[in-house]
Amino acid sequence: MKKPGVKDLYIGAVIINPPTSLTNKTGSWRVIRPVIDQDRCIRCRICWAYCPDAAILELDQPYEAGGKKYSITYVVNYDYCKGCGICAAECPVKAIKMIPEVEKL
Amino acid sequence: MSMNKVLEKKLLEPLSGNHAVAYAVRDCDVDVISAYPITPQTTIVEKLAEFVASGELDAEFLHVESEHSALSAAIGAAASGARAFTATSSQGLALMYEVLFIASGMRIPMVMALVTRALSAPINIWNDHSDLMASQDTGWIQLVSTNNQEAYDFIIIGYKLSEREDVMLPVMVALDGYIQSHTIEPVQLEDPEIVRKFVPKKKRPVTLDPEKPVSFGTLGDPDWYYEFKIQQVEALERAYQAYKEVSSEFSQYFGRSYEPFQILYGEDSDAILVVLGAHTGTFLKAVEMARREGMKIGLGVIRMLRPFPPEVSKYLSQYSFIGVADKAINFGSASGSYLTNDIATSLYLEGASSRITTYIYGIGGRPVKIEDALYVVRHLWRISKRLEEVPKKPVFVGVRY
Amino acid sequence: MPIRIWDIPREEYFVSGHRLCPGCGAGIIMRHLAKALGGKGIIAHATGCVEVSTTYYPETSWRIPWIHVAFENAAAVASGIEAAYKVLKRKGIVDPNKDVKIVAVAGDGGTFDIGFQALSGMLERGHDVLYLVYDNEAYMNTGIQRSGSTPFGAWTTTTPVGDVWRYGEWRPKTRKDLLFIAMAHNIPYYATVNPAYITDLYEKISKALTIKGPKLIHAFSPCPPGWRINDDDTIRVSRLAVQTGVWINLEYENGVVRVTTPVPRRRPVEEYLKIQGRFRHLDKEAIEKIQAMVDEYVAKINKLVGKEVIGPVER
Repeated sequence: MKKPGVKDLYIGAVIINPPTSLTNKTGSWRVIRPVIDQDRCIRCRICWAYCPDAAILELDQPYEAGGKKYSITYVVNYDYCKGCGICAAECPVKAIKMIPEVEKL
Repeated sequence: MSMNKVLEKKLLEPLSGNHAVAYAVRDCDVDVISAYPITPQTTIVEKLAEFVASGELDAEFLHVESEHSALSAAIGAAASGARAFTATSSQGLALMYEVLFIASGMRIPMVMALVTRALSAPINIWNDHSDLMASQDTGWIQLVSTNNQEAYDFIIIGYKLSEREDVMLPVMVALDGYIQSHTIEPVQLEDPEIVRKFVPKKKRPVTLDPEKPVSFGTLGDPDWYYEFKIQQVEALERAYQAYKEVSSEFSQYFGRSYEPFQILYGEDSDAILVVLGAHTGTFLKAVEMARREGMKIGLGVIRMLRPFPPEVSKYLSQYSFIGVADKAINFGSASGSYLTNDIATSLYLEGASSRITTYIYGIGGRPVKIEDALYVVRHLWRISKRLEEVPKKPVFVGVRY
Repeated sequence: MPIRIWDIPREEYFVSGHRLCPGCGAGIIMRHLAKALGGKGIIAHATGCVEVSTTYYPETSWRIPWIHVAFENAAAVASGIEAAYKVLKRKGIVDPNKDVKIVAVAGDGGTFDIGFQALSGMLERGHDVLYLVYDNEAYMNTGIQRSGSTPFGAWTTTTPVGDVWRYGEWRPKTRKDLLFIAMAHNIPYYATVNPAYITDLYEKISKALTIKGPKLIHAFSPCPPGWRINDDDTIRVSRLAVQTGVWINLEYENGVVRVTTPVPRRRPVEEYLKIQGRFRHLDKEAIEKIQAMVDEYVAKINKLVGKEVIGPVER
């Protein structure tokens, strides 16, 4: 598809309809991916807070685990997760594991 | 909107060029002034500070810590939707250099007064056009005044031109240091109410506004940069036509208008001398004196330097011999003169075979006496009568070898 | 009263899809800055890692009005925006009650070095602007060159290690201290923040945005490629920086310095240095030198605060 040209673009390289970076699926950068064990997760919010890419979503999804009822659930947005591993490193209950994107050949 | 007839009671004020600029900025109800002092621009900002201090002008006056910051702050203000103004000369313009390109590349509407002064080194506070010429490639519209009335008028025209949606380019209004900036001439000031009707403030659709976020100044890689530059090229081309429309409207409001390129005594001349800036007056006098001696030379006055007016080559191609009086040296270039480079190129592209003689004068504020101007005019006439060869190099008028 | 992690709003104003490295400390900082601004901010941003990675035409991650002009002038551009809104409100062109918070963001290069003049001018003129500097301790965007904020002994591409430059020969003892620069400019608020202490970071930014006048916040921003740490070490190294006294989370408000993260027993600085590849070349002598520098700075801050908020090293 031909890219927009002189006639189509708003002047001055101004981006007038943010946020447009959502088209850039940085998930393709990963070599390892985080997997959240929902049964271990205590919904402390730390992984969500520390992700540089806002790739951990806080959803209003109830969940029961460890005898507790939670009203939220954290899920990884694999479209954007770059696999840095901060979430797994910082999780206080080690509920996140980093696994290879591609199985060893 | 009512069209104004020329005021019954004319308000002629004796004003220096710098003060005329300050009054124009006041009359345009500028919102943000950010400037750094440099001779010979200082009395513009001093006067503006007086207006702000007394409440005559409601504006924010930013005492920035350098010219680079002056233009940067003006860009921030203009991008937020405010009417911004800055002024500088020589080294200050040179310090702003990178930001000049950014202002035009980001399509920021604003006006800057350039009080022309020689570029260092050696350091020199007097007038020549080296700073004006050194910034002609920055993508700004450049209007060059020849007297203080024009300095006043061009600021007002500048805002109207700059803020047009089909232009959206910053405008530089040049006036000569000392010769205009500090010299008192009668200037007709217009009623600020009427000026504000002529340059009303309109809300621009794209500004820095939390209600409608945008991102200015993004990174344009090889897939995109080119298109934005072509947009700039086209905007500058449109600016020429836009100037004519603005000028025509200005004439209806205030009874004065200025052609981008004006020919005087063209009909029966053997050659035309092209000039710009305050010495237009000196050369005009010399041309008139020479004509009385029987030497028929005409004068071509450039008031719009960028975009370079297309009619320059159209007019000049009729003449076999052209003189270009330039107050700046373009070191190491093909002709040694910025103005000659533009004129020669435009004539060549037209297919014309006119021969050009370059006269460089007044460098570093070297006084231009009527004898110097007469020398130029007579020399050009002699060339047009084939009594002299067209020199291959510029004639440096007034230098001591 | 300190905020809880649950007080941080959910909505993202700095969204995914930007091109910052995996694990970038600045990414975390920008996310929370944008949250603190909500829908009310305007950002003037200097050239640097964050600027090029987050506004690569036609992609932008900012849901906030944002402008980049050049490298050294974030503070000047922010000054212009602040002045514009001030006068437009006064003239009634903009609703005088409109809440607009103006922020200047720059890296350490665009603040300590090339941007220093503009920063100083903005602080001196007293604009109502929050200046946030994300300090990754080198010119990271251009490939890890040393800046005015690069710490003693750190490897960078322009301070490589060799026989003549074993460590630190290229710089005298310590780097510029923004706390004292802030004090010298008599500004109402200065704070240091660290992404490992995320609620403190969010709280300080939010607080600064309520204060009138020029504010300066200095953020610790680890850089995995530049510091030669693993992508997932960002928070760990940030925490160690505080626990070793290399980075002190403090607040300077109304002339009073207050340490907001007291450290009763400090870890030896070696623990902070050894996980970073950029300090790998340091020998025992160098590490002792660095420990002495940290001890000296800790003592200085304790004296300023008036009590021993950062304690002695416990081995």
